[in-house]
Amino acid sequence: MSTQHLPEHPDFLWRNPEPKSSYDAVVVGGGGHGLATAYFLAKNHGMTNIAVLEKGWLAGGNMARNTTIIRSNYLWDESAAIYEHALKLWEILPEELEYDFLFSQRGVMNLAHTLGDVRESIRRVGANKLNGVDAEWLDPQQVKELCPILNIRDNIRYPVMGATYQPRAGIAKHDHVAWAFARKCDEMGVDIIQNCEVTGFLKDGDRVVGVKTNRGTINTEKVGLCAAGHSSVLAEMAGFQLPIQSHPLQALVSELHEPVHPTVVMSNHVHVYVSQAHKGELVMGAGVDSYNGYGQRGSFHVIEQQMAAAVELFPIFARAHVLRTWGGIVDTTMDASPIVGTTPVENMFVNCGWGTGGFKGTPAAGMTFAHTIATGAPHALNKPFSLERFETGALIDEHGAAAVAH
Amino acid sequence: MLLIPCPNCGPRDETEFHYGGQAHVPYPENPNELTDTEWSRYLFYRENPKGIFAERWVHSTGCRQWFNMLRDTVSYDIKAVYKMGTPRPDSSSRATPETGTASTGPDSTTTGSAAPSTSTTSILSTTAPEGATK
Repeated sequence: MSTQHLPEHPDFLWRNPEPKSSYDAVVVGGGGHGLATAYFLAKNHGMTNIAVLEKGWLAGGNMARNTTIIRSNYLWDESAAIYEHALKLWEILPEELEYDFLFSQRGVMNLAHTLGDVRESIRRVGANKLNGVDAEWLDPQQVKELCPILNIRDNIRYPVMGATYQPRAGIAKHDHVAWAFARKCDEMGVDIIQNCEVTGFLKDGDRVVGVKTNRGTINTEKVGLCAAGHSSVLAEMAGFQLPIQSHPLQALVSELHEPVHPTVVMSNHVHVYVSQAHKGELVMGAGVDSYNGYGQRGSFHVIEQQMAAAVELFPIFARAHVLRTWGGIVDTTMDASPIVGTTPVENMFVNCGWGTGGFKGTPAAGMTFAHTIATGAPHALNKPFSLERFETGALIDEHGAAAVAH
Repeated sequence: MLLIPCPNCGPRDETEFHYGGQAHVPYPENPNELTDTEWSRYLFYRENPKGIFAERWVHSTGCRQWFNMLRDTVSYDIKAVYKMGTPRPDSSSRATPETGTASTGPDSTTTGSAAPSTSTTSILSTTAPEGATK
C-alpha cells in the first residue's frame, strides 16, 4: 500500500439536501432536461424554491448514455426553430454557466447513399437555409476532404453519394453539461435530491398538489415531468396516458486512439453515427431495438449491424476494439418529435418524446419547459409540440425527414 | 438477442422475426362515429408498460405466421406465446388493454375473461433460459 495520503476531495458542485415538505415546483428527473428546466425556472422566472427529484444519481440515465451530438439541421420549421434555438444556447452556455464543457463545433455530416437520400438531403439543405440554419451540400470529393478516413469508393454496398454538412454542429461532454447546470441550480438555491424516486402523485380533483416519494411526501403547486424513457410510467401514476413507446437504444466506444476523425459523421441509411471523443475513443451510436424495453440494454445483432456499417464506411476501424457497449431507454413518439407542454392534469406539465435525439435539445427543452411551468402556457417555440397535436393532426413528422437515424 | 419460441417452428433467433407492437388493438367497429380524441387513441396511443407486455411478432424468415407473445419489458423474459385472436393467458391477473377502442363493442379477443387457449405455449414455469437474452 502506498504510504502517501490521498489528496483532499475537491469541492462538491452541489449540495445533497434532504427534501423539504413543500416546494413551489418540483421537476421529476435529474437528467439534462430536468436540470436545464430547473436552471431556467430559477434564472428566467425567479423560481428558486424548487426541487429536482432524481431516482438514481444525477445524470445517470440517458444524459450519461447519449453520443453527445449537437446539431439543428431539421427539416420542418417547428423543429428547426427549437433545435436552432438550442444550438444558439449551446454557443453561449459555457460562458453563462462558467463551465467549459468542451462544446466543440467540429461540424456534422449526414451522408447520402441513394438517389432518394440525395434528393431529400438537398431539399433539407434548402429548408435549413430558409430557416437560418447553416447547411451545405457536399459532393463525395468534398466529403473526403473534410473527413479523409471515409471510404468514398463506389464499389461498396451503400456508396457515399454526398452529404449535408452543418459546420456549427458538434459534440460536448454530456456529464460536464449536467454538472454545469447542477452547480448553477444549486448556487441559485434549487434543491437537487438524488436517490429520491417518485412513487405517486397527490391530487385534488384534476389538480396535482403533491408528489409521493420513497423519501416522503412533498407538497407542491406545480410538477414538471422530465423522465424520458419512464415518462409513461409517471403519467400512468398521475392518471393519464402518453403516446410514447420506450425502446432500448445502444451505443459503444472503442479504446483510445490518436485523433483520426475530425468531424461527426452520421448515416441514416446504414444506421451508424460516429465521432471521436476528446480523449480519443471512437463513439458510435446504433439504431433502436424494435421491441419495447425498459432494460437499458438491447440485442447484440443491432451492435453487429452498426459495426458492419461503420467498418465499411471507415475501413481503418477494422482494427479497433470495442471497449464497451450500453443501452439507454428512449421515449419515442409516432411523429419522432418531442412533447413539451400541458397535460390533462392541472398544474402538471410534461417534457418527453425526445426519443433518440434529446441531448442536443437540452437547453431549449429547459428554456421552453421552464416557461411552460412558470406561466402555465407554452412558449412560442414549444407550442407546436403539444400533446394535443395527436388529436388535431398537426403532427411534426420528422421520421426520415430529420437526417437522423431513428 | 432474444431467443423466441415460435409456436410453429420452435426456438429461433430474434433476427428471424419482426416486431408488431402491442397486441389486442382491434380496428374500431364504428369508425365513422369516433371523435377526434378516440381516433387519436386508436392511431397514436399504445400501452407502454414497465413489466409484462402483450405484443405481436411475425416469424418473417420461417413460417411467416403472426403470433402473440407475453414478454417482460424489463428482464426481456418471454412468459408465453399464443395464437392471434385468443385472449392473453394472464388476463385474469391484469385487465386487457382497451386503448383507443372506446366506441367498439365487446370483442372476444379483448374481453380477457376466457381461460388460456390450449394452444398457448406457456413457459412461465420452465427453468430453462428459453427466451432469455443471450
